Amino acid sequence: MIHDFGIVWSERDLLLSGLGNTTILSVLSAAAALLTGFALTPALMSKQPLLGGIARGFVDGMRCVPFLLFAYIVYYGLPSFGIRLDNWTSGLVALTIYNAAYMAEILRGAWAAQPREPIEAGVAFGFSHLGLFRHIVLPPLLLAAGPVIGNQMIQIVKDSAFLTIIALPELTHAASSIQSRHYVPFAAFITAVFLYWGLCLVIEAGVSSVERLAAARR
Amino acid sequence: MTGGDVLAILQGAVVTVTLSLTGILIGLPIGLALAVLRWADVPIVARIVAVYVSILRATPLVTLLLLLFFALPNIGIAIGPISAAILALVMNTAAFNCEVWRAALMNFPKDQYEAAQSVGMNAALRFRRIVLPQIVRGSLPGLVNEMSLLIKVTPVLAVVGVVDITRAAVRIGAETYDPLPPFLVAVALYAPIVFALVSLQRWIERRQSKAEAAA
Repeated sequence: MIHDFGIVWSERDLLLSGLGNTTILSVLSAAAALLTGFALTPALMSKQPLLGGIARGFVDGMRCVPFLLFAYIVYYGLPSFGIRLDNWTSGLVALTIYNAAYMAEILRGAWAAQPREPIEAGVAFGFSHLGLFRHIVLPPLLLAAGPVIGNQMIQIVKDSAFLTIIALPELTHAASSIQSRHYVPFAAFITAVFLYWGLCLVIEAGVSSVERLAAARR
Repeated sequence: MTGGDVLAILQGAVVTVTLSLTGILIGLPIGLALAVLRWADVPIVARIVAVYVSILRATPLVTLLLLLFFALPNIGIAIGPISAAILALVMNTAAFNCEVWRAALMNFPKDQYEAAQSVGMNAALRFRRIVLPQIVRGSLPGLVNEMSLLIKVTPVLAVVGVVDITRAAVRIGAETYDPLPPFLVAVALYAPIVFALVSLQRWIERRQSKAEAAA
């Protein structure tokens, strides 16, 4: 058993590059999904039936489709329309679009729960649209939605593991190749599990520091 | 894509639904047991459960499944794709259910528990007659939410060779060189199942908040 972990240790470069790729994938797509979610949220809250309906349909649709199937469709299905993406682009696009729907729903919930008074006061003080959003709406919104956004980031890290099926060299894929090369399944995958755990603990620590910040501001 | 292909995907749907139901039915009581162990603060065991839940909640199902499928035979436990799939689903969903049950247990009013104690109910009776009926109601929306999440991760089971909706669709796509139609059929099967669970969750929440407003 110790010998098996020795083999995994000798392949640490592969495992670390997998961990690096998982981190890059998660961070990039989480940031992109959050931004897209922000763009979607006003549409989701729109009183216009067409715009609101399309946004609602997109968000509910994404929430009913398994991520792995969605990734398959982006990678294998889009070429039918003449759109051919490599595995990195497909992975990033799939993670981003899929999670943007969840982010939009999270932000909508937090936005709807915000008190109206500060916004009205901001309008009375003559803040412009963008200034109002940046200085009055955004800070409490991000603090309120912080923990749920953190949960979604953990979900993104876990979703990124599904991308091993389109041969993206992330952490699970690295563990798989070590296992198939040396036949040390337990050592390879348990190491991957602990690395995922570490990644999630880092995200949770980030979330609790945001929570402390929110408590200090209150 | 022929009618036979659609039938093959439908057979996959039977496998997906059966495995999901098995995972849910075994995972629910195990999650409750884990939550009670943490709630009762059993020394050492409660700590182990806390670490288990923390690790399992951070582990992608693919990684867990590959670990079980390849490592268990290595230590002499023969396991097929179906058993590995069920074991992975149960281990995963029990950890999430544990958190839902535990939240309901933490919110349980202490005075009711003490009242039951004072009329001489023993621990088992207190739990069955007083605690359980009320925490079931409190946890229901969270548990249904977890069921819809579980169905959304089942396509992963195809990785070890379980012929579910996803694997059937992939196979047909590879045979016909036109993967889009079978994938769309697969989406048309998953979406109503997940949507039904999401609607059920919203309906339970609405009904409960109405009942609370009336009380």
